[in-house]
Amino acid sequence: MKIGIIGAGKLGTVLGQLAQKAGYQVLISGSGAPSKIELIISVLLPQAKALTTAAVAQQANLIILALPLHQYQTLQPADFAGKIVIDATNYWEPTDGPATELLLPGISSSEMIQQQLKDSQVIKALNHIGYHDLADQALPAGSDNRKAVALAGDHVAAKQQVAEIVNDFGFDPVDIGQLAAGSLLEPGSPVFGASVAREQLQQLIQDYAALKKIDNSKNA
Amino acid sequence: MTKQKFDPAKIDFGLDSFGDIPLSASGQLLSQAAAIRQVVAEGVLADELGLKVIALGEHHRADYAISSPDVVLAALAARTKQITLASGVTVLSSDDPVRVYERFATLAALSNSRAEVVLGRGSFLESFPLYGYDLRDYDLLFEDKLSLFAELLKERPVTWSGKTRSSLKQMDVFPKTEQALPVRIAVGGTPASVVRTAKYGFPLTLAIIGGRAERFLPYVQLYQRAADQYQQPIQPLAVHSHGLIAATDDEAKELAWKYLRESFVKVGQERGWAPMGQEQFNFEINEGSFYVGSPETVAQRLARTIKQLGVSRFELAYGAGGLPAAQRMKLIELYAQQVVPRVRELLAEEE
Repeated sequence: MKIGIIGAGKLGTVLGQLAQKAGYQVLISGSGAPSKIELIISVLLPQAKALTTAAVAQQANLIILALPLHQYQTLQPADFAGKIVIDATNYWEPTDGPATELLLPGISSSEMIQQQLKDSQVIKALNHIGYHDLADQALPAGSDNRKAVALAGDHVAAKQQVAEIVNDFGFDPVDIGQLAAGSLLEPGSPVFGASVAREQLQQLIQDYAALKKIDNSKNA
Repeated sequence: MTKQKFDPAKIDFGLDSFGDIPLSASGQLLSQAAAIRQVVAEGVLADELGLKVIALGEHHRADYAISSPDVVLAALAARTKQITLASGVTVLSSDDPVRVYERFATLAALSNSRAEVVLGRGSFLESFPLYGYDLRDYDLLFEDKLSLFAELLKERPVTWSGKTRSSLKQMDVFPKTEQALPVRIAVGGTPASVVRTAKYGFPLTLAIIGGRAERFLPYVQLYQRAADQYQQPIQPLAVHSHGLIAATDDEAKELAWKYLRESFVKVGQERGWAPMGQEQFNFEINEGSFYVGSPETVAQRLARTIKQLGVSRFELAYGAGGLPAAQRMKLIELYAQQVVPRVRELLAEEE
């Protein structure tokens, strides 16, 4: 199975390493020509293939977005059509600009990406743990104090597959509901930047959902 | 590829400060002006105790007093004898390369060539709106200005044109230095920044402020591979991390929880992060990048990191948060007099 990663920065390279370690073939792209990231990939992800974003999307079985959020409009829906897309991006004002110019009112940033990639199944996951915790805290299934990764999405089968990947990457998957519930994982959430085990993650999400009056019971 | 020979006796140890505002003996926050004078006193102490470098970072925030590191370093130039006077970092993206050169060449004159410029994109962003720059040009500004700065370092008339400031045609800048101005680039872990540093042939400083240090080993390899590819020398590696040293492990942990953690929580809050919990804090102390404990504990952990990454210079970011001034001075004494000799001893034993 080929996992495609869009973005070759701190997050993209760490996710690529987790994918490789789990035995997946990795295809990865940066913001420009593959030659721009070849040196980086040859050292940080020696078994991965650097391609254009279009080629990564077309050739991979499943794609992880690890690019600055504001670049999402450069993604061509046709390249991603029919595929599962894991959205690991977050809004971050310094790189993405003012919220009012980028985000859409009333919906989570992952729903915004789903609107762009309308023929794909977008699942929000792998966004709320810092990249160095992703690198340092990955553990085999069943390990003591294994950390959890939340996922949100509208497609049950797709979520199942993403849950398997999260598990293969070294984390306990926790389904927190439909894609709209992805807002519970955004900056400002008590799980954003936190690296905690399953029960604690579920508790934090439950409390935060009650506080924000977000019903995430559907599809969870 | 020629690797630096690893010699424990030649590793440099230094201190980094952003000018955090310490508490006084009576528990009041010092004024920002007093916090700056405190850093000068600490730099004088570090020099007397034989530490090799003090690096002062540029910030534009209420919790850090230093916005003009070179001015503070100039005061230190007049009162110290051997210590290298560095910035850490100078946010080149929102500065003017010509002025950066002029200020640090002046500092070099005042300090008999002990000035060093450490350039970075910066992790705080206040300087952009303050000086009228658009954050959307974050990377372009750094890249463009770095290309000019590299030309200025040659200390010959410069002809340059770029995208972020006016062109120069056979313009010369002064004062000339007596020894080439040393420059480093500090990187937080963006792979492309590591490659850029090697491309220009500058030495790399890794700011490791979270997680296991060995996670950065591939970045060291990336730097070496890139230097090779661009036919540049592989320059000695520096690492910057936070630490807190006290007489006992318990005292150090308690102080670190109260002040170092608190400073992370405060900055994290602005960025939407959940506050660092006890488990994450313990991880950072035991396995991650907080060097917290008694001199022996810190020495053991430092020796390990230095060896793992092949570090030539370690810079301890001290005094984060409101750590009281007296404890900051004590920390510097313990670091210079106990930790540094013990790290050298541990590394020599392993050789």
